[in-house]
Formats: sequence, structure tokens, C-alpha cells
Amino acid sequence: MSGAVDPDYTVAHSRPKAFYESFERKEELQHQTHYCPGCGHGIVHKMLARAIDELGVQDRTILISPVGCSVFAYYYFDVGNVQAAHGRAPAVGTGIKRSRPGSIVIGYQGDGDLSAIGSAEILHAANRGENITVIFVNNAIYSMTGGQMAPTTLLGQKSTTTPDGRTAEHEGHPLHMSELLATLGAPVYIGRVGLGDNRQIAQATRAIKRAVENQVRGLGFSLVEVLSPCPTIWKMQPVDAQHWVRDVMEKTFPLGVFVDRTNEMQPPAGTNTAPAIGEIPRILGICAGDAGLAGEIPTSQTGELDLRVRVSGFGGQGVLLLGEVLAEAGMDAGLEASWLPSYGPEIRSGTSNCHVRLASSPIDSPLVMNPDVLVAMNEPSLKKFGAGVRSGGWILYNGAMFPPEYVREGVHILARDFTREADAIGDPRAANMVMLGVLLEIAAALPQASIDAALRQCVKQPKWIDLDERALARGRALLREFMERGAA
Amino acid sequence: MDKLKPDRGLLKIDENECKGCGLCVEACPPRAIRIGDRLNHCGYRAAIYTGAGCTGCGICFMACPEPGAITVFRLVDRRTLPVSDSHVPVEGAVPCASN
Amino acid sequence: MRKQLMKGNEAIVKSAILSGCRAFYGYPITPASEITEAAASCMPKTGGVFLQAESEVAAINMLYGASSAGVRCMTASSGPGISLMQEGISYMAGAELPCVIADITRGGPGLGNIAAEQSDYHQVVKGGGHGNYHTIVLAPHSVQEMADLTALAFELADKYRNPVVLLADGFIGQMMEPVEFSDHAVAPRLPAWAVAGTPESRGNLISSIYLGCDELEAHVRKLEAKYRRVEHDEARAEDWNADGAEILLVGYGIVGRILKAVTAEARAFGLNVGLLRPITLYPFPAARFRKFATQARVFAVVEMSNGQMVDDVRLALNGARPVEFLGRAGGNVPTHNEVLALVKKLARQYCPAHEPEEMAHVWRSGS
Repeated sequence: MSGAVDPDYTVAHSRPKAFYESFERKEELQHQTHYCPGCGHGIVHKMLARAIDELGVQDRTILISPVGCSVFAYYYFDVGNVQAAHGRAPAVGTGIKRSRPGSIVIGYQGDGDLSAIGSAEILHAANRGENITVIFVNNAIYSMTGGQMAPTTLLGQKSTTTPDGRTAEHEGHPLHMSELLATLGAPVYIGRVGLGDNRQIAQATRAIKRAVENQVRGLGFSLVEVLSPCPTIWKMQPVDAQHWVRDVMEKTFPLGVFVDRTNEMQPPAGTNTAPAIGEIPRILGICAGDAGLAGEIPTSQTGELDLRVRVSGFGGQGVLLLGEVLAEAGMDAGLEASWLPSYGPEIRSGTSNCHVRLASSPIDSPLVMNPDVLVAMNEPSLKKFGAGVRSGGWILYNGAMFPPEYVREGVHILARDFTREADAIGDPRAANMVMLGVLLEIAAALPQASIDAALRQCVKQPKWIDLDERALARGRALLREFMERGAA
Repeated sequence: MDKLKPDRGLLKIDENECKGCGLCVEACPPRAIRIGDRLNHCGYRAAIYTGAGCTGCGICFMACPEPGAITVFRLVDRRTLPVSDSHVPVEGAVPCASN
Repeated sequence: MRKQLMKGNEAIVKSAILSGCRAFYGYPITPASEITEAAASCMPKTGGVFLQAESEVAAINMLYGASSAGVRCMTASSGPGISLMQEGISYMAGAELPCVIADITRGGPGLGNIAAEQSDYHQVVKGGGHGNYHTIVLAPHSVQEMADLTALAFELADKYRNPVVLLADGFIGQMMEPVEFSDHAVAPRLPAWAVAGTPESRGNLISSIYLGCDELEAHVRKLEAKYRRVEHDEARAEDWNADGAEILLVGYGIVGRILKAVTAEARAFGLNVGLLRPITLYPFPAARFRKFATQARVFAVVEMSNGQMVDDVRLALNGARPVEFLGRAGGNVPTHNEVLALVKKLARQYCPAHEPEEMAHVWRSGS
């Protein structure tokens, strides 16, 4: 040094700030990783940490640690950390990013995690174009668990579960995840890099930064697959393992950029803003106050009302709607109400039925096995539920002739071609409402205002409301006629 | 080579953080790193800087799997620096420019 | 608030959003699909996230992510889907992440059928996933309870940092009843432990891994202490005509409704019957069972399964009283008459003091 000016040096490359100063979540080795000598994970961690530093996103970053040797990635990264179940990082990342779009979500996965157990999650996250970054470390083996075959294990490569080497016939070919994902429409960037030599390392450093940067710019899904050495399980010296990446692995997994839509993608326009909290009930259609009641029955008039109805027919005959209007009207009139659609083994068989109860006291069971009124839109319904109608109850049957085998002592029967009645007032499909009209006239408990309100609640189209009102009136008239005839 | 001209770069290797994998030795273009003879506290023979030839390229840093085992410094070019520039002085690093 | 006629499945979603839920991830399955559909329609309008996941496995892990980020979140499924979610539920319990899962049960095992059964009790209440954990399980028996217990579920999930399952059957999910909601919407809050991508939350970690044996044991003990608090403070049950009842019927969900009707009719006969309906299945309201064991002569458990909750009743009573069981499976519902027949049989067997006059009509109506 004699005679020379003291040279001064500045730090050019040093431990990235995105790493903790010391690794306090670990019990020992506060400054070293837990990885084996020469392991690629440490190198990839450094590339990622450096990218986080350079992009200035440390505060916003959430790293998802996988299952595998890098399960403890959260020991090292001084960012928000979430540890995920095996293979599920892309789903976990989706859940985070969708709710926290300002965060920078980085999934870090190995080959077992991403290409085997998590193959569905990565495929769909990529296909949705989740705005996340995935680092896929491929070392062609299950290392943490001691060297079992991975989907990316090379043909001929020995593992503890392919002791004679992998064969295409038995285990299939090595899975090319990057190429596979590159067939999808959504990803912004998919590339494979390696850690096989200096040139590859420099390229990998750039690719990883790019994959994070794409997310920062809001462009969408980016994935970098890194061919990475595992000297321990490969049973090689670290430098030999590094060369094996370049000389052997790369032959099966060629490096390259498979998708790059960085220049054509646009960040999404402004995100959906949340409404004011006070607006939420209204948005949900939750009605304020009780002004909506159209026609509450004075309690004195209801006595102890307990109406049990079963409505049955085929799909498309308006069975469920009939019941719904009845229940809605009952509720509007201040009664307790329940409506239970056919729910049982027959749910998909084309038949349809529902149970409706209206009562002045709280309803215990919503199931109606012994109805006061059975509305049977067809014969099978009669067959199924006719015998259950309570003594003194009613069967309303859609058919001019009531099948004699279902006639029961003590049960009122009104059989009529209600479809024809509906046809006469404009549309055969209103048969259900004609029958409801009959039912309402029998029950005689609900104020007309409640029925009108219920109809408007359940039937949205004005032309149907008009038709249905006439159908209900027709039904009421039919019952009166029937009673008069009976009385005569 | 001008004996008085300092190296463009300088290395600091944390001997106790190094696991002796040798990737930096392999990576270093001017071959300025070697594996030492002494065992560190983990029982590894750590890499050491030979003391000369570092260009400050940083390739060893990126090739090293440990977060901070290697720190790479670069010579400050005083001709291009304003006088007030506050570059970070190197602590604990042995300048190796004038061997 | 005005009452509205609504399906149980829809009431869950509206109540969830009122409770501050802002993320729903799910996979369709009968008979829970209406929940997913209602969420698809309501979530975006209220500033929340809805996404149909590629599987139940993905859905529960999306919840894991959303919950990690401090968002109140939920999913809904049925038996086969809940089986697939067990992995994620175990992880969430381990990582102490709150979430609400609605299980609208169907028939099993395997593909079973889509009719209502209560055969998910074991997998939900006993923890179908691996490890030492519990989920809190709430069992609504009406549409109003679908709304009310959903609100409670979010509260308990946050309070205990634990998954909460709303265990309802297809009947309660599909049926419509008047329901009244709170007029107050809970504003989403960010818990201090969340990992939200902010400077303040940078130091936070969500994880269920404790590598050291002592470390994991300490974690398990901590969870255990939490479960003891839950058991002490949160057990709920409805007793209905249970005071002084000699025969106590026990059932949850739709069965609870059927048992109310049976109880009413049996009491009209002069039989001293009551109902004890667990509302929380975990924590099981064991203390209530012990209380009523001092009065009741026999407990009769009715389930739409081959006998799952009945185990907990037996444990709660610990032999203090006989426990009878009536179970139907395959989607069949224990009928009113079936249960009434059981009640009559038990009355003959356990309540002979009533003979002969009071009970004479019972013998006549037969069993």
C-alpha cells in the first residue's frame, strides 16, 4: 500500500434487505439457511429477495411457503409470511390476492408441490390469470422426504421409488409444467431458467425479477421454473450437481421463455369499490321497517289458525310457485309460515311437491304429512299423497273425473279440469293459480291485500300478475259454485 | 500490471456462514476464491478470498446459496465522484489493492 | 326489520355479508349450491369477492388465504365436498384461522344420494381432518336460525380464531320461512395477526408447522385450553317443555322440528315429554344433559343417521340415564308417527306410575 492513495470501496452486492437480519424463527444458525451445501433454494431465495429489494415492495410482499425443503422459506424473508398445505399455494395466493389486491403475492413451490399434488391448483390459478408470481423450483426429485420420484424425474433417473430408474412405460414421461401452462390464454410470463452456470444464473436473476415486476405492474400471472441442483439427494458434489443441471437436466427441460405477453397486457381498470357499510342491508334487499305488510289479519279473526297444505304435480306446473304465493301471503298477513320443497330421494325425478304451513302460533314441523288441503295437479300426486289427507280435509284435483279408487270417506273432493279453466281466461299455465284461488276460498283466512302483495312479490312480470289475479278470482268463484251446488 | 493500481473489486466472505459448497470458487471468473483449510464452527471448510483479482462482478454473490456469506465491494472511482459523495466505507474488509 | 320469506341457504349468505363476510370461495354441490349462487350474486355488489373454485380442496385453501389476509370469509358444501375440505380445515385449525363453513348435508357414504341425512356429524363434529383440533359446530333448525347462527358463527370464529361449521340439513337449507335480519351491518375489520401486505403486518406469520416436539405439544396445549374455554362459555341448547319431563327427546336440525311436533302431540295425550335440542354440537351442551338427567327417566335420541350424535349424549350422561335411539338413513325422515310410537313405548317402559287411566288411550292408539 506504500505510496498509494488508500482505495475506498462501496458495497456492490450484499445480503438483500428482504432477508431478516438474523433468522430468529430458527433455533440455531441465525445467519445461515437450513439448506444443504450447494442447494439451489438458497440461490433462488437470494434472487427473489433481491428482486423484492430492487422493486421496493418489501412491505407489500406476502410470501407463501410450500411443503418441501423450502417449507421454512418464512424463516428468511422479512415480508408477510403464510405457510400453505402441500400443493395449495396457488389457491392460498388467490384467496390473499383477491381480497388484498395491493399486496404482492409470491408462491414458492417445489416440483412435488406444484407439479404433482398441486397440479390442479396451479393450472387453474394460471388459467384465471391470478395476478400473482410463482417460483417453481424443479430439482427432479422429492428431496425433503428422501429422494422419491417426482413428476419431473428424468427418464432413467433413479429415485427411492424408481430404484431401477424411471421408465416412460411405468411412470410416464417427465412432466413439462411450463410448456403445459403456456398453452393457457391468461398467463403473462412463463419461463424456464437454470442454475447450471454463471450465464444461467444471471438469466434466472433477471427472469425472477421480471416475474415479480409483472405483478407490481398489475399485468397478471407469471411463473418462473428454475432447474435447481440437489447435491445431497443426487449424491453429487455441489459443483457437479450444478453442471448436471446444465448438461443433463436441460436436455429434458429446455430453457426458454414460453409465454411473454408483458407488452400486450394492460393492468386492469380501477377495482370494484366497496359500498358504504350503511348501504349493505339495502343492497341485500333487506327491507327496513314493517310498513310493507299489506293486510295483517286482526288477531281476533284468526283464532287458532293452522293450515297444512301439500301441493304436488310435475315440474313446470307451477307447484312450487303456488306454495310460495300461499306462504308469502300468509306471512304478509302476520301469520307464521313455512314452505318446504320436495326434498328427498325423488328430487330429480320430474315430480315436484311442496309442503306449506300457515299458523297463528310458531310452526313446529314444516313437514306436512296429513294436509288439510292437497292440491294434486295430476293422478300420480293423488296416488302418492291422497291417502294422507286428514279427515274433513280437501283434495283439489286437476282432472274432470276423479279416479274412484282415491275417493275417501270424510274427505271433500273438488275435481275439475283446471287447465281448461285457465285456458278460458287466457293461458293454461295459470291452472296452478286457479287452484290456489279455490284453496284461498276454502281457507278464507287471508286478506285479499296480502294475496295481492304476495303475487307481486313472487311473480315479477306484470302480464302474469294480471292473468294470475283473474285465475285466482276464477278459482274462488269455482269453489262458491261448487258449494252452492252441494248445498242445493 | 501496474502494481499501484488497486483491484476493481473486493470480497468479504463470512467464514462462519459459508458451507463450503465451492460454487463461488467455480463461479469466480478471475479465480480469486478458494476453499480454505480451516474448519468453521459448522465443521465446513469455508471459502476464502485469495486476496487479489476481484473485479467486483458479483457473480460469486449470486452463485452463493447463503444469504450474506459473501459481500462484494467495488472500488469507488474518485474521478467521477463529487467530493461530497458519501460512499460507505468498508468495515473489516482488507483492501487488497497493493499487494 | 321486516320479515322476509326466504330459503335457509339464501339467509346464510345475507347474514354472512351483514356479519362482515367479504369473501366466498366454493364449489357447487347439491343441496348447498343455492348458497354458492346467492354468494355469486351478492358478494360483488357488497364489495366482496366471490370465486367458484376448481375443487373443494382449492376452495378451502382460498379461504385459508383470505383468512390469513384478515378477511371474514366462508364456503359452503355438502358431505362429499366437506370430506375434501378436511385437509384445509385441519390446517386452518392448526394455524388458528377463522372461517365459516356451511355444510348442508346429504346422504352417504360415497356418492350416497342428495337427500337429507345427518350423517356428517362425525366428520364435522369430531374433526374429519388430522390432528388435535376441534371445529365449533352450530346446528340451525329454522331459517331464522340459519341467519342468526351464521352471525354467531362469524363472531365465534373471530373470537376463538377457529373454523366454525354451520351444520344444516337439506331441509333447513331448501325451505322458506320468514326471517328477520339485523339492520346493522358489521364493518370488516383487520385483525392484528393478519398478513395483509402492509408495513404493519409485515412481521406476521400464518403457519401450522411446529417442528420441535415440545413446540408442537405447547401449541396443542394452547389449542386445548382454547377448546376448554369454548366448551365452558359457548355451549348452547334449546329446551322445550323439558322442565320436569320424564321422557326427553333429543334431536338437532330438522329433526328438532319434528320432535317439537311430537312433543306437542304427546303432551296433549298427557305424556310428560320434552325436547332438548343441541344448538352447538361442538361444544356439546353436556352440562344441560346432566342437568336434565336429574329429572328425566330416559333420553330418546332421534337422528337422520345410524347413530352419531347419540354417542355424545351417552358420554354426556355417562350412564346416569338410559339412552334410546331412533335413526333413519338414506334420506328418510323419522316420521311423526314413528317417533310418537317410540315415545309411547318408552312411556310404558319407564313411566309405569301413570297407569292405568292416564295412559289408557295411549295403549289404544297403539305403537
